[in-house]
Amino acid sequence: MAATSPEKPQTLSGAMTQQEIRRLRRRALLWLRYLVLVILAVLFLFPIFWSFINSIKLPAEALAVPPTYLPTRISFDNYIELTTYGRAGEKGQDDLGLIQHVYNSTVVALITVIGSIVLSTLGGYGFARFNFPGKSVLFIMVLSTLMIPFQSILIPLFVMLVQVKLHDTLFGLALVYITFQLPFGIFLMRNSFLAVPHEIEESALLDGCSSLSILYRLMLRLVLPGIVTVAIFAFINSWNEFLAALIFMSDQDNFTLPVFLTMVRSGLWGTVNWGALQAGVIVSIIPSLAIFLALQRYYMDGLMGGAVKN
Amino acid sequence: MIRQAAVWNLSWEQRRKLTGFLFVLPTVAFVTIFFIVPLGLTFFISLHDWPLFGDRAYIGFSNYSELAADRQYVKSLNFTFRYTLLITPPIFILGFILASLVRRKIRFVGIFRTIFFMPVVIGLGVSSLLWVWLLDDRVGIFNKILLDLNLVPKAQLFLGRPNTAMNVIILSVVWKTVGFTMILLLAGLQAISDELYESAEVDGAGYFKKLFYITLPLMRRTIALALVISVIGSVLAFDQFYIMTRGGPRNSTISIVYWIFNNSFTYFKMGYGAAMSIVLLGILVALTGAQLYILREKD
Repeated sequence: MAATSPEKPQTLSGAMTQQEIRRLRRRALLWLRYLVLVILAVLFLFPIFWSFINSIKLPAEALAVPPTYLPTRISFDNYIELTTYGRAGEKGQDDLGLIQHVYNSTVVALITVIGSIVLSTLGGYGFARFNFPGKSVLFIMVLSTLMIPFQSILIPLFVMLVQVKLHDTLFGLALVYITFQLPFGIFLMRNSFLAVPHEIEESALLDGCSSLSILYRLMLRLVLPGIVTVAIFAFINSWNEFLAALIFMSDQDNFTLPVFLTMVRSGLWGTVNWGALQAGVIVSIIPSLAIFLALQRYYMDGLMGGAVKN
Repeated sequence: MIRQAAVWNLSWEQRRKLTGFLFVLPTVAFVTIFFIVPLGLTFFISLHDWPLFGDRAYIGFSNYSELAADRQYVKSLNFTFRYTLLITPPIFILGFILASLVRRKIRFVGIFRTIFFMPVVIGLGVSSLLWVWLLDDRVGIFNKILLDLNLVPKAQLFLGRPNTAMNVIILSVVWKTVGFTMILLLAGLQAISDELYESAEVDGAGYFKKLFYITLPLMRRTIALALVISVIGSVLAFDQFYIMTRGGPRNSTISIVYWIFNNSFTYFKMGYGAAMSIVLLGILVALTGAQLYILREKD
């Protein structure tokens, strides 16, 4: 029986042992797989977890050299310190620190989200459902901007925004962010509208409803998943963006959260407040992560639709 | 009133055309103003001596010829390509391992996928701020662990030496981006039918035979696509160097975007920065062209 090749068991008893061995092997492999997965998961979570642990140490302990492993006492003082970080004491100004910059980032993200939704929905509907001269040229034009990395057009964008006095404003930054979102948003919303059967609008069209009211009353509900996806990407991308914000914002009061934190990292008077920095890192991570975790399905749909199929 | 009357006089079909055009108009306007015009302007500015304030002068292609003599520019190009070359294999090997591990629908697999993907939704700027602290020689946890395990005699300045700086930055960026590659590769893996593997197993194929004769050939397109996306991201690297090393030590980690940034927004030589942007754009259009080519094959 020793010569039996594994793929062709020749007797019943041989088949049984083969099967048992195979089952045992599969079980062992499954456990091994879980072991590797758990180890990797711990390694992946560690940086975020560690940052959180340090953000709730006492400020003095967060600066300890060498660092401690676990906090001796839990405290939110790092977060509080960050709210007064910056120009406290200078010219007697009330510096709002963290809160000001969270506010800036939120405003920019909200304008970007709303603008991206409105433009992508209107544009996606127009490209999906209407015929007009030059449509395909315009569509290709919009999509081809996906090929242009925004890093290569920052100089003229800056020059233009300075011309119209919109540089160093949250609104100007949001306008640029909306544009960055448009190719993807248009692509996604056009596909969403194309997936809606024509019959749904036809009766409404025959009844003489205007295109806008059909869009608003009928279609919006049907393309909602697409809208959610556009909103998630607009939020996460604008919340996280660093380079354009660094270039366009010159007044410290207008810094978005990541730019503000770079300033914390550079340190005041040569010392870096590491505890406060990690508090800021945690505050930056929470919104993106929460939205991703809550709406993961939409995010992944967008990722596959946008990255793989566009 | 006249205009309104004109609209009412249009036939139903003409009005549909007009409506459709009006729907796409805002998008077209945004893309034109913030993408198409700046693109042309980049080239226009690149032909000028263009300081932030003061007079600008037309100088033809002088900015471009200056590039050849700019040692830091050549150094930055070199560095960026070396970085891209070094970071791509770990992203792909780890991405492939992760994708293989979370491929089958076993219990809790969704949780693991989510965990590996989580760093992707954190901004690169913020993750760099997190890692610069993890890697610090005084307060960083890596040095603390290495010292406690007696693996190093004294705290290491990971970011203070060119070689180790490159390695630890790659480590941090792999952590932040590998989940994205994992998801792309996972989609490719899942598109391969199990029957192929089963029949290969019947024929006695082992793991590596299956990998080299089934998995990799069938995933060629997915891998190529993930590769192009990852390479483009690496060529455009900026945040991690600006935040973690500030281009140091001794200007050894200044990427191409970083050098454009320095020239344009620190020295305010915008014409020169624009010329470099045009070169960068050429490199990237070639890379994206490759991406579109790969995608076209699919249909």
